[in-house]
Amino acid sequence: MTPTALVEPIKLEVKNLNLYYDQKRALNSVSMKIPEKKVTAFIGPSGCGKSTLLRCFNRMNDLVDACRVEGEIILDGGNIYDKHVDVAELRRQVGMVFQKPNPFPKSIYENVAYGLRLQGVKSKRVLDEVVEKSLRGAALWDEVKDRLHDNAFGLSGGQQQRLVIARAIAIEPEVILLDEPASALDPISTLKIEELINELKHQYTIVIVTHNMQQAARVSDYTAFMYMGDLIEHDLTDTLFTNPGKKQTEDYITGRYG
Amino acid sequence: MVMDITSHTHHISQQYNIELEAIRTHLSEMGGMAQRQVNDAIQSLIDADVERAEQVVRADMKVNTMEMTIDEECIRILARRQPAASDLRLVIAVTKAITDLERIGDEASKIARQAIAMNKDGLAPRGYIEVRHIGGNVSRMLQDALDAFARLDMELALNVVQTDKQVDMEYSTAMRELVTFMIEDPRSITRVLNIMWSLRALERIGDHARNLAQYVIYLVNGEDVRHSNLEEIEENINSKE
Repeated sequence: MTPTALVEPIKLEVKNLNLYYDQKRALNSVSMKIPEKKVTAFIGPSGCGKSTLLRCFNRMNDLVDACRVEGEIILDGGNIYDKHVDVAELRRQVGMVFQKPNPFPKSIYENVAYGLRLQGVKSKRVLDEVVEKSLRGAALWDEVKDRLHDNAFGLSGGQQQRLVIARAIAIEPEVILLDEPASALDPISTLKIEELINELKHQYTIVIVTHNMQQAARVSDYTAFMYMGDLIEHDLTDTLFTNPGKKQTEDYITGRYG
Repeated sequence: MVMDITSHTHHISQQYNIELEAIRTHLSEMGGMAQRQVNDAIQSLIDADVERAEQVVRADMKVNTMEMTIDEECIRILARRQPAASDLRLVIAVTKAITDLERIGDEASKIARQAIAMNKDGLAPRGYIEVRHIGGNVSRMLQDALDAFARLDMELALNVVQTDKQVDMEYSTAMRELVTFMIEDPRSITRVLNIMWSLRALERIGDHARNLAQYVIYLVNGEDVRHSNLEEIEENINSKE
């Protein structure tokens, strides 16, 4: 399913994706196109498969034992479920930020530099540059520039979440997956994250899962509504929130019982 | 997604149902009030009934107050509920509709003022047939627009839009006729002008009724049909059915 108005270049294309946890099917032949350098939001009730789908984009589901995936996800022309794909490289290209901020028990600086060190970058000049650029990109630099070598756990929840985003963008991914990135944050930190998403979309393709419908309405260009493993509707956010095409979508976004 | 009449009564939040129902009910009440004002104004003009005309002028305040009350209710819903989809369209349609109803009230009191003026200036020698005829059409348009709002009836709304075209035509015919009459009998100008102002007000009421009907179409199927011609509106309605 693809919005009729979708004319942008496509970054990710999901083709007939089925996903099973043991015998239970969690995604029912989902097909959709995610446009490049836009924000796409997934909404839907708990257990509808939106996080499961998000995790497919960098094969996080590989870590779940009983999980089996059928179908394809095309990233820049190649199927990421192809057996020759280097999953570590895929995850460099497709970064992820989770609901609860998960900084490493290291300094702010080391958190951001971590990915680069892993890649073997040793030059202090390069590291300094990337750390500053990433922290600026995550709108955190001004708040932490005087204490870069303090432990990251000393930051507030909202700052930690932005630090994690800085860590994600330090390795220059192409796609950023956000799984409920603001649900554990207070309203002001939430707004900062949303503002950041708005900034980041100029450079990255962003896919966000959120329970907060107003948040989806505020930050996204496209919204996909999922229900019981089906993709029900995928359209321009403006259209979906003012005049959705399906009754199930309407009932969900207006808070009705179906 | 096309909205039906029961759709705003199925929210998980009962209170939300009540709030949305309240703006709908209050809109109907305000519509009824405006309708009564229009009918009374027309009748006071035709019967040269000054007392009735003065009542209409006084009662306009009630319509104004009602507009402010409903406006406040809509703002409260927007602020507290962040309505989406058909709920959002309902709130927006209601805020727009009450503006038109308030204007309809204003036009009705303009007509009533003409009735009062004519008591002083003397009855017009011409134009009463037109007032009765156009007035009847406009009053029915308003009634239908309000019914269409209450029942979410797009057919009826479309009907109102069609009738407005007819009223506009009848209005220009009447104008031409009355201008001709004034040229022939310049002494009647003041009195005929009173009637012309009233016809002008009726024509404006027709336009407001048409606006109301257009909000119904927006409310039901989400399409903004202002500034569309009749064929486009028809096509739009049929494509959604």
